Amino acid sequence: MKVRYSINGKKKEFEIEAGEVLLDVLRRNGYFEVKGNCYMGTCGTCTVLIDGLPYTSCTMLAAKVDGSEITTIKGIGTLQNPHPLQKAFVEKGAVQCGFCTPGTILVAYALLKSNPDPTDDDIKKMLDGNLCRCTGYVQQIEAIKLAAKMLKKGDG
Amino acid sequence: MKDFKHIGTSTDKIDALSLATGQSMFVDDISFPNMLHIKFLYSPHAHAIIENIDTTLAEKYPGVEMVLTYKNTSRIIHTTAGQGWPEPSPYDTYMFNRKMRYIGDRVAAVAAETEEIAQEALKLIKVQYKVLPAILDMEDAIKDGAPIIHDEPEIKGAYDPQRNLAAHILVKVGDVEKGFAESDVVAEDTFEVPYAQHCPIEPHVAITYLDEYGRIVIRTSTQVPFHVRRIVAQVLDIPVQKIRVIKPRIGGGFGVKQEIILEDVCAYITMKTGKPTRALYTREEEFISSRTRHQMKVNVKIGAKKDGTFNAVRMYVLSNTGAYGTHALTVASNAGSKTLPLYNKAPNVEYIADVVYTNLPVAGAYRGYGATQGYACLEQVVDEVAHKLELTPLEIRKKNHIKSGETSPIFRALGEGREGVTQYMQSCALDELIEKGAKEIGWFEKHGKRTRNGSKVRGIGMSIHMQGSAIPLVDMGAATLKMNEDASFNLMYGGTDLGTGLDTIAAQIVAETLGIKPEQVIVYAADTDLTPFDVGAYASSGTFISGGAVLRAAMKIREQIFEVVREMFGEQDERDFALEDGKVTSKKTGKSVTLSEIAYQTLYVKNQHQIAATGSMVSPYSPPPFAAHFVEIEVDEETGIVTPIKYVAAVDCGTPLNPELVRGQIIGALVNGLSYALSEEYKLTDSGRMFGSNFMEYRIPSTRDIPEIVPIIVSTYEPTGPYGAKSVAEININGPIPAIGNALYDALGVRVHKVPYIPERVLEIIRSKK
Ligand code: FES
Ligand code: FES
Repeated sequence: MKVRYSINGKKKEFEIEAGEVLLDVLRRNGYFEVKGNCYMGTCGTCTVLIDGLPYTSCTMLAAKVDGSEITTIKGIGTLQNPHPLQKAFVEKGAVQCGFCTPGTILVAYALLKSNPDPTDDDIKKMLDGNLCRCTGYVQQIEAIKLAAKMLKKGDG
Repeated sequence: MKDFKHIGTSTDKIDALSLATGQSMFVDDISFPNMLHIKFLYSPHAHAIIENIDTTLAEKYPGVEMVLTYKNTSRIIHTTAGQGWPEPSPYDTYMFNRKMRYIGDRVAAVAAETEEIAQEALKLIKVQYKVLPAILDMEDAIKDGAPIIHDEPEIKGAYDPQRNLAAHILVKVGDVEKGFAESDVVAEDTFEVPYAQHCPIEPHVAITYLDEYGRIVIRTSTQVPFHVRRIVAQVLDIPVQKIRVIKPRIGGGFGVKQEIILEDVCAYITMKTGKPTRALYTREEEFISSRTRHQMKVNVKIGAKKDGTFNAVRMYVLSNTGAYGTHALTVASNAGSKTLPLYNKAPNVEYIADVVYTNLPVAGAYRGYGATQGYACLEQVVDEVAHKLELTPLEIRKKNHIKSGETSPIFRALGEGREGVTQYMQSCALDELIEKGAKEIGWFEKHGKRTRNGSKVRGIGMSIHMQGSAIPLVDMGAATLKMNEDASFNLMYGGTDLGTGLDTIAAQIVAETLGIKPEQVIVYAADTDLTPFDVGAYASSGTFISGGAVLRAAMKIREQIFEVVREMFGEQDERDFALEDGKVTSKKTGKSVTLSEIAYQTLYVKNQHQIAATGSMVSPYSPPPFAAHFVEIEVDEETGIVTPIKYVAAVDCGTPLNPELVRGQIIGALVNGLSYALSEEYKLTDSGRMFGSNFMEYRIPSTRDIPEIVPIIVSTYEPTGPYGAKSVAEININGPIPAIGNALYDALGVRVHKVPYIPERVLEIIRSKK
């Protein structure tokens, strides 16, 4: 069957199998910035934004979100023009292996949209589903607070 | 500390922005047309012989290209441990075998057009097993009459396979029995730490293909690209020359990617079919069939004089290597060699280890590498001695720990699987670490107070640690630098950045040495065709060995630059030259020339040649980093829940080359250690199957599990390391078990002898006390 998405602002049409999850459809079509592994919704690595809200793409049926707007990490900033969150993660040493980073940043992005001034607790609650085995989280939390500041000042 | 420009500054990690913007950098971020996908069939029995295996149906299944079993692969015995050659781990493994030694052992592999097809075809393989009695408890392994796990004749390098002993270590200094007899107090205790998994978020993955000359290219997530090349060549029985290993970014390793698990099978299928092939582990396979930490039972006995000085220390380790002996000997060596020298005041020391085979998952290298297990016990018994002598935990450690200028006989007596090398400490800030950490946690106000709030009691505990920096006279790394027109430099080295920031530090070392900016260094790491040799990233060797090699290459480049300048300036003495801010200036005449001008001159104009150099590093020293850990916990006496409130890790890693990255290594390791102390363990069924092999049941910490964490970095200068640096990646995983164990004692007055400190276990101890 066919599905239509808008991915990072571009209209796309894909052939999918019934029962296929969004993560597989995205990676099969070259959206390698979406990572995955657990396929159970427990690690958060595969997070994308669907109509602005974060979902684990490994548990999302590709057919179910037909017609949606999907944002991957490349949709919020690029190497040439990074989003403040991406800059802040770099500055605060919050990227170690970087495998969890796209998912984590997308969740943080959704958080800052709805809560531009989050406390440590707000961040911890929101990021609870995004496992990172490298950083121990402290620098990620610092980075999100720094990004919030940057966004408020309007730089980035 | 010396005066540096780029060393000691928190330069942004050079790959961080690319990773944060989702560039395709990992192994699986490419795809080939006609790529085959591999899936594995695993033994459902802990111990069995395959009596009959029929793969015909699977082979005929549409889309299946090949099915591999012991019948159609060669029988070359080897070890999967990615260690230097000759490997200290026993040769006890085949690509496929008839004998199954644990649930998770490989029966067969299917290569097919898609993963789904491969998965379907697995179901069509018919296997008849003869089930054998299994050993599911490490203490049973060495009992008389125990089933023999490795009874095949080819096995090599195991200590006594007939008795299921993969390795055995015995090291004696002085006379411990006499030492105990002459001590005023003696304390002895035993602690057990469980199976655990590394859980890098990116699992094992390899993609192989043939290049245009028919050579096999292996693109793999590995810590040890050069060992992959050597071991795959060995297993496939082809020359090293036929193989190229490329290491892209790695999504975490922590030791589990120091193993050759998928590469040989993947390469074999590519060699046989000519097609690109991919193997990717699921999370479940990571748990059941990759590698784990060695489960250990550690007994420590310490005898001390009235004044608190240690007179005798004995450590006995029973280690479970699981079904195969990868890292069996060396991890057990480190349980002693990275712990006992810390207390060098004791004249009598004995270290004994038995490493046993069982029919359980295979243990391998894991951050901390045995030291984690050793310290879990040692640092609690040290507290017990203090308690008996009515000294504080701080006093007893200050009296006994190793100091600058000192050595320990253990350094020589116990190396990594062989005799060690004598070491004198040239940098050690332990006293300062203890003082600063104690102050930060509020030790003097809080220790021994047991403040209570309803059913919740608070306690605090501490522990101290050392590790090493690379394996002395074993680990080797090399780096090549070449100069370009704009004074940028290509750095090609074999070092393997697992996310730790090694590539960034390498760039900083080059920048510091050559008076340029780190951005001017273009780093390319780990491609066995293009970069010089390096043993890989393990044993805390990255900064020290790979970084040291980079420094040596840069020093040679400096020489070559000065050589050109001598000619240009007509001055002979290079001590009159300053190399800074991208130019060389004559201190005598003030004349200066930019590095770019030098490059243009040498590439295009006069006496043309390429400024380039290769440096190698191997070291007789393995300078230990040191750490003092402090934790405040709250125990709920009604539920047994242990909650860390605040964790302080004071660390001496020599010169912190990049403080922000050092902070990341400290916090990352100790959070990993915290979860090993509080929640992570394999639950195994009666048949030896891991129960709950997923992130739902095997919980690794998330944001909500972390306490307040305060890393304290104390700079020292280690003369044997690049710009004064020692290692830092491993040491901080060792603290949480003993520090929390000691805090539990402070809070409850009891010891919990089995880790992790899960509520049921803690509650049971609380109840039995009452
Ligand atoms: S892969 Fe989707 S949550 Fe883990
Ligand atoms: S940075 Fe490696 S998993 Fe988060």
